[in-house]
Amino acid sequence: MRTAVLILSVAPALVLAQTLPAPVPENEVFKREDIGHALAAPTPEAGRTAPSSANAPKDDGQWVMPAKNYASTRFSSLTEITTSNVKDLKPEFSFSLAVNKGQEAAPIVADNTLYVVTAYPNIVYALDLTKPGAPIKWIFSPKPAPASQGLACCDVVNRGGSVDNGKYIFSTLDGQTIAVDVKTGRALWRTQLGNINKGETMTMAPTVADGRVYVGDSGGEMGVHGWMAALDENTGKLIWRGYDTGPDSEVLIGADFRPHYPGEQGKDLGVSSWPAQAWEIGGGATWGWITFDPELNLLYQGVGNPGPWNHEQRPGDNKWTAGIFARDPATGSARWFYQYSPHDEHDYDGVNEQILLDMPFAGKMQKVLVHIDRNGYVYVIERSTGTVLSADPYGPVNSTRGVDLETGRPIINPEKQTKLGTTVSNICPTASGAKDWNPSSFSPQTGLIYIPHENMCMDWMSTQVNYIAGTPYVGALVHMKPGPGGNRGVLTAWDPVQRRPVWEDPENFPVWSATLATAGDIVFYGTMDGWFKAVNAHNGELLWRYKVDSGIISQPVSYRGPDGHQYIAVLSGVGGWSGAVVSGPVDPRDGSAALGMVNAMSDLPKYTTAGGTLYVFSLPR
Amino acid sequence: MCSRFLVSCLIGLAGIVVAACNQGPHVALAAEQSGRPDVIDSALDPGVDHSLSSTDPRVAAYLNNPDAVNTGKRLFSQYNCSGCHSSGGGGMGPDLMDDVWIYGSRLEQIHQTLVDGRPNGMPSWGEKVPDEQLWQLAAYVRSLSLPETLAAQTDNTPSQTPAPVPPSVEKDAGWAPPQGTTNDYTTTVTGAD
Repeated sequence: MRTAVLILSVAPALVLAQTLPAPVPENEVFKREDIGHALAAPTPEAGRTAPSSANAPKDDGQWVMPAKNYASTRFSSLTEITTSNVKDLKPEFSFSLAVNKGQEAAPIVADNTLYVVTAYPNIVYALDLTKPGAPIKWIFSPKPAPASQGLACCDVVNRGGSVDNGKYIFSTLDGQTIAVDVKTGRALWRTQLGNINKGETMTMAPTVADGRVYVGDSGGEMGVHGWMAALDENTGKLIWRGYDTGPDSEVLIGADFRPHYPGEQGKDLGVSSWPAQAWEIGGGATWGWITFDPELNLLYQGVGNPGPWNHEQRPGDNKWTAGIFARDPATGSARWFYQYSPHDEHDYDGVNEQILLDMPFAGKMQKVLVHIDRNGYVYVIERSTGTVLSADPYGPVNSTRGVDLETGRPIINPEKQTKLGTTVSNICPTASGAKDWNPSSFSPQTGLIYIPHENMCMDWMSTQVNYIAGTPYVGALVHMKPGPGGNRGVLTAWDPVQRRPVWEDPENFPVWSATLATAGDIVFYGTMDGWFKAVNAHNGELLWRYKVDSGIISQPVSYRGPDGHQYIAVLSGVGGWSGAVVSGPVDPRDGSAALGMVNAMSDLPKYTTAGGTLYVFSLPR
Repeated sequence: MCSRFLVSCLIGLAGIVVAACNQGPHVALAAEQSGRPDVIDSALDPGVDHSLSSTDPRVAAYLNNPDAVNTGKRLFSQYNCSGCHSSGGGGMGPDLMDDVWIYGSRLEQIHQTLVDGRPNGMPSWGEKVPDEQLWQLAAYVRSLSLPETLAAQTDNTPSQTPAPVPPSVEKDAGWAPPQGTTNDYTTTVTGAD
């Protein structure tokens, strides 16, 4: 034996949990009644809240896009599984995804086939639901560039694909959008859109409508020049690309741009609201949800945070980051824009879901989009003009004191503004928001929105950061902590008309899965410690739960099987930003690790391990 | 035999030459003439001392050198290493505080990682960052998991005073049989981790 027997340097065994920080005291956050605002008092008598039939057609029992329909309700009208029989729900089959990273995708069901795309390396599986045990029909391996793993800010996730016109369409971490023939499992086209050498990756789920595929980039922590693009669904050819910062010509702002608020009006604000050239590396990625509205023929595009996180390096409003564009689907031309967080100082991306509803407001039915933002507010926005009708906090908030509905701007709390070289403590919500990307559902039966979210705050110290292409452009040392009460997650049933929660189910860990609402008056969601749960949509009562192999951060769906029965499908596989301490090689001893998330999640490795499995449930027969 | 694996044969020969002439001043010269740093090949366990490995003569200057690790710590932020590896605990990039060394733990191996990059997302910094600074960064990265550095950890915050890298860790920082075993394929140890 040639090697020395003595081990001269041995690091101690991995410490499984550091001390969890104390929760932020209740009196550190503002009361909902004090900071919530609306243009008019609730008028529920003016009508019943529901999506239009154009945006949410009659349910065919399939689940062809992550959000279920263009209204993004994530509501299944199947009724076989009810509040009384859900206690008997049993796993029908499971399927290993062979990837133990954060699984954020929605299983997709079309023509009795179930499709799922994994986290990097973004393998697509097609399973035949007509045969016992749902055997594999085909597997598609896109083989994305391994180097792309080093560019993904928050685990190597993928938020899913869609089936349309015989194609399964999804994106890869290394910046490709791909259409796979659902019959053969072979690529019909692949289009390279992102450049990893500039920090661009792709993790979002494409939206497919009217023969076009709408996609966007990730990389708000890498100094990207954020964009969204439209591709021809049949050829994969780029139709248009609109940037989220820069001159109007690149942003696709023209004569028909009519933003509601004066702060969004003016020429080339995407340049003038930044220091010289800073817009070129200013982030504004489109990594969340793009919603198509067939009724008004508009696209709604959520835009991510500005970069770097150290806001003192980018004085100005930093248009058009941390906001929402309405665009013309055919040309990309911007119609209106609203900025949730002008000059964001806390990483409050504006990419969360938009739920399109007809809702009573100020005595009449109005066409609204409901957006549950990272900055802690539920926004109800009149969606033809971009006018905010109401904005109310649904989680812990002290970074702002409400939204001024005259100007549309949040009222900044100077005590929680972040600073270079100084730690500002107990900022709420935390950087990942009162809620992150994981979407809510809406039940037309209860009129409630089921919001899966976080109850977390943070300490933040800004640091000077240099732009180096392909590396993070952040400039902040963050330590997250539980919000008031100590529970790090909540499932909130929110009444958008009355502007208040109807019930809240606290969870130990942040709720990082989407919710699914069904006509059986059940809400399904998963927890990061691996419970898949069914609760009563009216009161939040726990009706059923099942422990899966790893934490759940994905999007549950419901479909009618070839046998006519109702099924519930979900992916396990903890990870993502909140679960990196399990799925990454991330050390719980460094609270600033994973952009400060580890400080609040260092105990997660005691509850769950990495995994990645499709579970399908049904009632016994 | 060499034809199919010509590159690795050359690498291996270069290693032997370097190993044989380790004290000679012309070794460094040879490396300079080839226009690239010495290539280090691995046994099955990266970092384990073996016949074809060399000790880069440049390493010595960064051992027992508090200035090197302190400068490395400063550079770690300035070059955005901290963007991926946080304060050592990782995030987009791997944890550097644990005892796992994917590509070897000796300073020259860490230096090589910095120079060439690695396939799963580690960028290459050779010829972009002065070589002196890459060695200082390597020393700091090695220091992050030293027992002395870890002991200076305060709650949830890695040490702000990294310990200098002792020459002893360079001797064998790769795999070794668990303490108490003789590695004779017959011994059973009870109660060991």
